[in-house]
Amino acid sequence: MIEPTDRAFLADLCLQRAGLQVDPEKAYLIDSRIAPVARREGFASPRDFVDALRADPDGRMSWALVEALSQSETDFFRDRRVFVHLVDEVLPALAAAHGGQPVRVWSAACGAGQEIYSLAMMLADAPGTPTATELYASDLSERALEKAQAGLYSQFEIQRGLPARTLVRHFEKQGDSFVLSPRIRQMIRWRRVNLLDDLSRLGQFDLILCRHLLPQLAPGAQALVLAQLQRSLAPGGRLVLGLRDPTGDLVAVDPAFGVYAAPSEAARSAA
Amino acid sequence: MKTCLVVDDSRVIRKVARRILEDLGFEVAEASDGLEAMAWCSAVMPDMILLDWRMPGMDGLEFLRRLRAEPGGETPKVVFCSAETDLDRISEALDTGADEYIMKPFDGGIVAGKLDYLGLAA
Repeated sequence: MIEPTDRAFLADLCLQRAGLQVDPEKAYLIDSRIAPVARREGFASPRDFVDALRADPDGRMSWALVEALSQSETDFFRDRRVFVHLVDEVLPALAAAHGGQPVRVWSAACGAGQEIYSLAMMLADAPGTPTATELYASDLSERALEKAQAGLYSQFEIQRGLPARTLVRHFEKQGDSFVLSPRIRQMIRWRRVNLLDDLSRLGQFDLILCRHLLPQLAPGAQALVLAQLQRSLAPGGRLVLGLRDPTGDLVAVDPAFGVYAAPSEAARSAA
Repeated sequence: MKTCLVVDDSRVIRKVARRILEDLGFEVAEASDGLEAMAWCSAVMPDMILLDWRMPGMDGLEFLRRLRAEPGGETPKVVFCSAETDLDRISEALDTGADEYIMKPFDGGIVAGKLDYLGLAA
């Protein structure tokens, strides 16, 4: 059991590191997430893990903490019609505006990879010539990225949102798990990115997916991340948010599908 | 109200499936093997069939073949629900005419996702 003052310290550390909103009153949640991390990192008790964090709040353990408290389950093809709309409408329009140059797509909080892989599989299965794309994916969590890159999912994970036909077409069985084909995995480039850091080194993207992350963040961090993502949009680019995510001052393009544009961009094209 | 026939030789599985499907707004009937399921379908075709594979008497695959050959037998969406997790066998089920496939063990979230994909969500 972690003491209330320690929970407040842990919540504050998550806020500082990643803008993550953690309710320090949620003792059960915090206890249940911290115990396995403490064990994995070799601490005798959650208490010792907290002591180590207090002794070195900037160290590697602080990221283990953030990863533990930000993990969230997700499905393949979450809100399926959004993927259909992106592949059928948004990506071809972006490609047309590009004159044949590949469209740069970034899944900015990719977790274990279900979102970007869903898009990759749809593109691979699209009839005719699929839109030329470069697919990038990033997450704050090294562990999530390792899992995503491996493309290895449990029987429970693989059944969430993934149609059986897609499963047999793109996966192989490996023990009790299912592994995505190298062909699809090789379509993605991975990188660890904290969306609170300077993102300019990543370049600009025509399509950025950042779905269901913002509600996990504190209000200040939400605004900061939205502003950062807008700056990472190429001219004419589109930002895709979760259907109930906060949208700040973004301009709705296809709000029924969570598709938005930067406000400066809308002003430019209106002029 | 949409109807679902749950075909499984395990009473426990039928009970679990019934609870999940009723929560999703289905009216549920049960059959304990393929023969009993055929009798149900000859009387009235359900909107959907949740189908076990291994059952004594007529198994799921044999039932599916016969169902699809019946008049009106193309109509119900058939979702296999089996402990078989070999991908070649899953392909076989799909090629025989199954619309979807659930690997046991399953939960309400998995069933709801499959129904949503098949356009059967309430």
